[in-house]
Formats: sequence, C-alpha cells, structure tokens
Amino acid sequence: MSTGTEVRPGTRSGLGQSVRRPDGTPKVTGTFAFSSDLFARGMLWGRTLRSPHPAARIRSIDTSIAERMPGVASVLTARDVPGRPTYGLEHADQPVFASETVRFQGEPIAVVAAEHPELALRAVAAIEVDYEVVTPLTDAEAAIGAAPIHPDGNVFRHLHLRHGDLDAVGAVSVEGSYEVGMQDQAFLGPESGLAIPVDDGGVELFISTQWLHVDRDQVAACLGLPPERVHLTLSGIGGAFGAREDVSLQVHVCLLALRTGRPVKMLYSREESFHGHVHRHPARLWYRHHADPDGRLVKVEARIVLDGGAYASSSTAVIGNAVCFAAGPYRVPNADVDGWAVRTNNPPCGAMRGFGAVQVCFGHEAQMDRLAAALAMDPVELRLRNALAPGDELPTGQVITGTAPVREVIEAAMALEPPPLAATDPPADGTMDLPGGAGLTATRADVVRGTGLAVGFKNLMYSEGFDDASTANVRVELDHRGEPLATVHCAAAEVGQGFVTLAQQIVRSVLGVEQVALRPADTTIGSAGSTSASRQTWMSGGAVELACLAVAEALAERAGYGGGAPDEVLDLDVVELLREGPIDRTRAHHHPPTEPLDEDGQGDAHVSFAFAAHRAVVDVDPELGLVKVRHIATGQDVGRALNPQAVIGQIEGGIAQGLGLAVMEEMLLEDGRLRNPSFTDYLIPTALDMPPVTATLIEQPEPGAPFGAKGVGEPPTISSTPAIVAAIRAATGLELPRIPVRPEHIALAEA
Amino acid sequence: MSVTAGAHERIEVEVTVNGVPRAAEVPPRRLLSDFLRHDLRLTGTHVGCEHGVCGACTILLDGAPIRSCLAFAVSVHGRELTTVEGLAADDGTLHPVQAAFQDQHGLQCGYCTPGFVMSACGFLAETTEPDDDEIREGMSGNLCRCTGYAGILAAVKQAAGDLRASGADPRSQHQPEDDAFAGRPGGEHGPAGGDGGGEVPS
Repeated sequence: MSTGTEVRPGTRSGLGQSVRRPDGTPKVTGTFAFSSDLFARGMLWGRTLRSPHPAARIRSIDTSIAERMPGVASVLTARDVPGRPTYGLEHADQPVFASETVRFQGEPIAVVAAEHPELALRAVAAIEVDYEVVTPLTDAEAAIGAAPIHPDGNVFRHLHLRHGDLDAVGAVSVEGSYEVGMQDQAFLGPESGLAIPVDDGGVELFISTQWLHVDRDQVAACLGLPPERVHLTLSGIGGAFGAREDVSLQVHVCLLALRTGRPVKMLYSREESFHGHVHRHPARLWYRHHADPDGRLVKVEARIVLDGGAYASSSTAVIGNAVCFAAGPYRVPNADVDGWAVRTNNPPCGAMRGFGAVQVCFGHEAQMDRLAAALAMDPVELRLRNALAPGDELPTGQVITGTAPVREVIEAAMALEPPPLAATDPPADGTMDLPGGAGLTATRADVVRGTGLAVGFKNLMYSEGFDDASTANVRVELDHRGEPLATVHCAAAEVGQGFVTLAQQIVRSVLGVEQVALRPADTTIGSAGSTSASRQTWMSGGAVELACLAVAEALAERAGYGGGAPDEVLDLDVVELLREGPIDRTRAHHHPPTEPLDEDGQGDAHVSFAFAAHRAVVDVDPELGLVKVRHIATGQDVGRALNPQAVIGQIEGGIAQGLGLAVMEEMLLEDGRLRNPSFTDYLIPTALDMPPVTATLIEQPEPGAPFGAKGVGEPPTISSTPAIVAAIRAATGLELPRIPVRPEHIALAEA
Repeated sequence: MSVTAGAHERIEVEVTVNGVPRAAEVPPRRLLSDFLRHDLRLTGTHVGCEHGVCGACTILLDGAPIRSCLAFAVSVHGRELTTVEGLAADDGTLHPVQAAFQDQHGLQCGYCTPGFVMSACGFLAETTEPDDDEIREGMSGNLCRCTGYAGILAAVKQAAGDLRASGADPRSQHQPEDDAFAGRPGGEHGPAGGDGGGEVPS
C-alpha cells in the first residue's frame, strides 16, 4: 500500500530522474559476472541427455559405458532423485528426469558431470536409451478430448467466463478466427548455474533466475532437503522475459554437486536453451463481436485454446489472463469467453512478457478493425467510443477503481505526427528503408504503405487471490569516512529491467542518503516474488520504501520526535544520529488482496491494470511479401515515470519483441519437433528491423501504488504486434489471421 | 607455435591480449572464445549463440572486429587481440564508447554489451563521421533482446562525437590524460553479480 511518501524533486539521483544504472560500469567493462562466467576451483561440468522424440516410452536406460569413461564423475537418472520426483511452478507435474514416459522433444533423461565440458558431451552421447516411439499428440484442440498423456489429464485449466445477458445480440456482428505461433523469449545469455556442496549436506547454488525462493523450494523438495539447507544467490542474468521463471537446470546441477561432492557448473548451448525453457503459448482464437449501430459494443463471444505443451508450468495463470482480458480495454456489458489451456506433446509453454494478454490482443484488435469496417466507422473512433475509463466494469465484474487512461493512450499514439512516409515520397537515400533492406529486392514503385492502431492492457502483479508479497531490508550506518551509507537487501531478480537503479533512487528520495549500496540478492532474506507480471517496481519498490520509512521512523525517534515523522528525516542531522550505531529494518510489502475467479469467471481478481496503444506504419512489397516497419508511435499508461530513461528503454525493447512476433519470430514445430532451435533459423529483430519509436508517457499516478507508478515492462509487447499486422492489412487488404505474418502469407495469398 | 603430437595433442598459442603477451597450450580445436574465457579467464567476451549470429563474442583482431566463436585459438597465434577488458584506462576511466553506452542507456541486462562495444570500436575506427543510417547498419550485426536498439544507436552517435573531439583511436585503450574527452566516473556500488571477477570461493 502506498504510504504517500512525497518525492522531493530536488533530491539528486532520486525518483523521477533518469539515473544511470549502478551495474552499468561493470557491464560495459566486462567485469560483471553473469552466471555463465562463474568458475570454482575443482569444478566439474554438467550436461543433459535429452529425448530426441516428442513422445515415447522408455524401455531401458544404460549408463554403464558413460560411467566408465575416464574423467566422468557421475551419471544420474530418475532413480537418483532422492526427494520428490517432479517439480513445477504451480503444479509439480514435470519429472526431474523422464523415466518411463517421454512427453516432449528435449525432455531430460539423464545428466552427466565430467572434468571438461566436451567430455561431458561425449559421455551424454554414450548413454544408451531404448525408446519405444509413440505418435505424439500435437493438436491442442484435439487434446481436450484425447486419451490423457499424463496422469493429471490433458486440460490444465478450463475457464468459462459468463457476464451479463448471454442472449444479447447487436445490430452488427463480426466473426473471426485467429492463430498465434509459438514465440521464444530468446534472451541472449543461455541458462547456467554453479552448485557447490556445503559441509552440512546442503548445497549453494549461484543461478540466473527470475524468482530465487520458488526455485529454492522446488530444488529442496526434489533433493529431499529442508529449504534452509538449499541456499540460492542470484548471479548475473542475461535477460529473462519469462523464460527463467521455471526451473531448468537448477535441480540437475545441485544433484550432481551433492553426488560428486564437488562444485558443478552447467551451461546450456543455444540449441539446448531453446529446448530447455518454456515458450509463449501458441493460441487459436475464435471471436464474435456484437455492436449497436453507433458502434457501442453489446457482447463479445470468444473461444480460446492455448497449447500448454507437455507440462503445466504457468498455463493456469496464462489462460486466466487470456480469458480476463479477451475483450480488450473496452466497455463490454455482456461476454461469453470459453478458455482452455491444454497438454500436448509439444514443448512446454509458460511465462513470456504479457502472458495471455498478448495472444488475445491479436484477436480482439483484429475484431475491432473488422467491426469498424462493418460499421463503416473510423477504427480509432470505434475504440475511443468503447474505451474503458475509471469506474467501468470489466467482463469479470470487477470495477476499475484505479486509473484507466485508455482514451489518453490512444490519443497520444495518434497525435504524434508520422514521419514523412507517404508512398510517393522517395524514402531517405539508400535502400535500407525499403522492404527487404540491403537485399535490394523491393522496387520502390511497388511499395505500398499501411497504418494500423492497436490497444491493449493487462494486470499488474499476480491475481486471483495470490499474495505475492516482497521483502526488503534497509540498513543505514556511517561508512569509514563518517558519511551515511544505506545498504539495501532484497531478493528481487535484476534481469536487466533496472530494479537495482530504482532501489537506490527510492532510498535517496525517502531517506535523503545519497550513498546506497546493494547486497547480492539471495535466499537469506524473505522472498521478493518473481520478476514477472510487471510487478517488481510496485512490490519490491514498495518493500524498499516501507523499510526506508521504518528506518526514518527510528531516526526520528533517536532525534526525540515522539510519534516518528518520516518526512522530517530529510531535515535531521543523520550523521549525528548514526553515531549511536546503525539502524536496520526489514519490511514486507503486500498488495491489496484479490479474489479467486468464481465458476463464471467473475470476481475482483486483479490489483491494477496498465494500458498502452501503438500506431504502426509499415511499407510492404506485396509481390515479394516483404514488410518493413517504418515507425511506431505509442502512448503508455505508466502511472508515474520513476526513471524516464529506463521506462523508455522498456518500451522500446518491448516493442522490438512485439515486432518479432508480428513478422519474424516463430518456433516451428513438425510433429512435436522443433525445427529451428538456433539464431540462424529463429530470427529476432536487429537494429535494421527496428523502426524509430516515438513514445508519450501518460502519467496519472495510480492510487495505492508506491509513488503512483505502474509496472511498464509488458504493455509495449501486447499491442505493438496487432498494430503492425493491422498496418500490413491496411497496405495489402489481406485478412492475415495468423502471426507471425510471413512473406508467403502476403505474396501467395489468394486475391 | 610448438606442436606436440599424439591423441591429446596440444599446441602452444602466443598472443598479445590487451597489450599483454599471453601464452597457453590448447587443443587445436579450442575456439578462440573458449580460449579467452576459460584459458585466460577473460569472461567479458560473452557467448550467446556459438555460431556467429548474435555478435556477443565480438573482439578486435589486429584492430578489426571478428566473432571469436568462429575462430580457433591456434589461428590467431602471434596476433594482437583487444577484448572489452582492454578499453578502459588503467585508472578505471571508461573508454568513450563504454561511457556512451552508460549515458545513453544502451544496455539493460548487459549480456550483449561487450560485443556491441567492440563492434562499435571497430566501426568508429572505419567510419569517423557516421550518419544515423550508417550507425544503424553498422550495429546491425549484433543482437540485443532488451533495448530495441535505440539506446545503443544513440550511444554510438555520442561516442562518435566524443572520439572526433579527442582524436583518439577507438580501438586503443583509453588514455584520459591525453585527450580532451572528459572521462566519466564509473558507478558507485555494484549490485548483485556485479563488480569483480567470476571466481566463487569454494
């Protein structure tokens, strides 16, 4: 909860300013230690044997040759797991090692520890597994009624939201079916970790993860150890975007360290990384929108099927979001949304930036354009007419009590003057701006231009009754020079987003102490929750604020103020007061409680919402099917920009991932097999693919949010994708019901 | 270069890395990126894809940018290498390219940053007065997943201006006393995973 701390604008390097990253210097000089950079004396290298088949029964596993190889210290399979044989973020349905049944290509079968990484690789190749290959279940729709491929069944969650009058119909209705391909987070730093056995029989793990404590609990359960004997420390993280929320190598590397009694490092290759983490759920969407003749939405009907792949991961939360936000940021009095997340023999899917909201936004925004066309109405006007505002009710029955500047984000995105891009204008000299870029393939005369708008939203923090609290400790003392020094300890994972900068800014603004150090994030303090769901600024930022306020209160008491007056701490002689000794306070921060959804998908399930709109301008060569995104304008609801430069960085980076999903990125599957697990074949945007971005921050402080700030990481990834596809539709006149849009979808489309 | 025959053949490689002569005996198939990271413990050079696409492992070979994951250590015997560790001045003052990445928020997670910094050094040595399109094209051989590139392009633009003002060769270690560029101080306190080497006490 907000404590209403005023931000003093004069504070140097405090809130509201574009303060530079404290980890910037080690990162630009190469001294920042990523998890892949860790070495320990005498360490072994671990490597995983993975199934080449998406579905199989294992008849036998023979590790004897691998075990006898000189330099191989240990070979472990399912029978070597001393504790719980399975793990999982929400449901422990995923085996540490497959022992009888393989459910996806790349599922771990065994791990090896050896003196050298190449030796470990050879030992993995020497393990003999006798598979009885089974026909994989790869169609998500078919999986609903198919024979179960796991004892827990094939449906992770079925949620049927019913709101208002289900018989209501509009004077105008439009229907459409859409499909979203499987996207990968494609962070640059592959999975890695270093486990070191501890004398008490426990283990210490240095790991790149999004959530230390939930990793710790899963690792401890599988190792059969009490959680306090498993100690995790965050090491440098090369990006995350949801892919590090699930356990990957954590249990394996700890098992090897405990078995061998030596430090063990594991480091995935890029190909293994593609097999070793969850992806964004592919989706099939069907929609029918009803509106009155003035364009007011009457009802939205939808059916959503998400392919969760072989194991549950966070599928239940992803389908929850997809159903709750299926209608988009619009007033919808009546809704009937049927959502399924199902199990198949495809790779497991889970968290990725904007989870659930990304998939449905592609559907509801295509529908809004279709509806505008049916009504012969301007699509911008149609959106403005239906835009959510504070006090409106969502299809879940929840009333928006915070800010909801939907009109403002749309107007901001549309207000920005597009660059001089008319199709008749010769683009700037050179050919880089033409579709196909340096390939010199497109002819300027053939290029057509399109503009598209899309709007999206999603929840901040965890929902449906989950109390994802965060904990922070702040200690204030005099350093060796007699200057005040504040030290922050919080387990929040810094994945690149800049929480480390923000934590320092908060301390400077609240306590007026300029010198702020950060202790490594680890499990010696309470959980900070996950770095996901755009939640750390609010949750852990709030925890740091509360700890600072408790320190301020103690300082005020020392100064003789009876009741404690936090705001006055900035005027106290802190140096004098700290001569009596350090002050150290730990505080937990909880967001306001939420409710589970009932059987009709109704309930106050969410804490807060963030909105964004994107306007995309694209050039297309229809004959070649080539697309060049030329400009993105965006308006984003940020509450308050606590570090404007960092906010813009999140917006630009999120748009790049949205562009990737629109026109480039897809994990291609064939009978459950991944066809393109490399950066040669899975293409992510380069500097030449990214257009200039113009962003307007809508700053309406959110009541109840620490400092009024909303999380900013996910909204840029939600509506940028449909905006780009809408622009391609405008340029080509094609329906383009599937993302990513590939050249053949344009060039080979039937007229 | 001396060659020892046999099943565990090892070859002595002598190189100059960041101005310092270094030597190690390595198997003939040791990748240059692994040689730098594992044999020399220069872990600032990152490996992101192992096949020359992402550019995170970019270093300078005799002043020209190369992908160290696509070269064998033995193939650079007798040559001069510059890695990201060799750019800042001895007193810690950042090289203009490094300082610009800090100033322009040209990094978030930082995994791609050393590769971008080295690519930028090579690019700015060749193109001293780049326009925006040239910078965009010059930086298009490296992948970044966090930033959307705008901060990176702005950083290269700033560095181009600072280097022109100082006249320094971007491929050389920064010499703060010799040039007009006012070096920027580094960060005050490193966070988790931050300052220092990669050795974990065991």
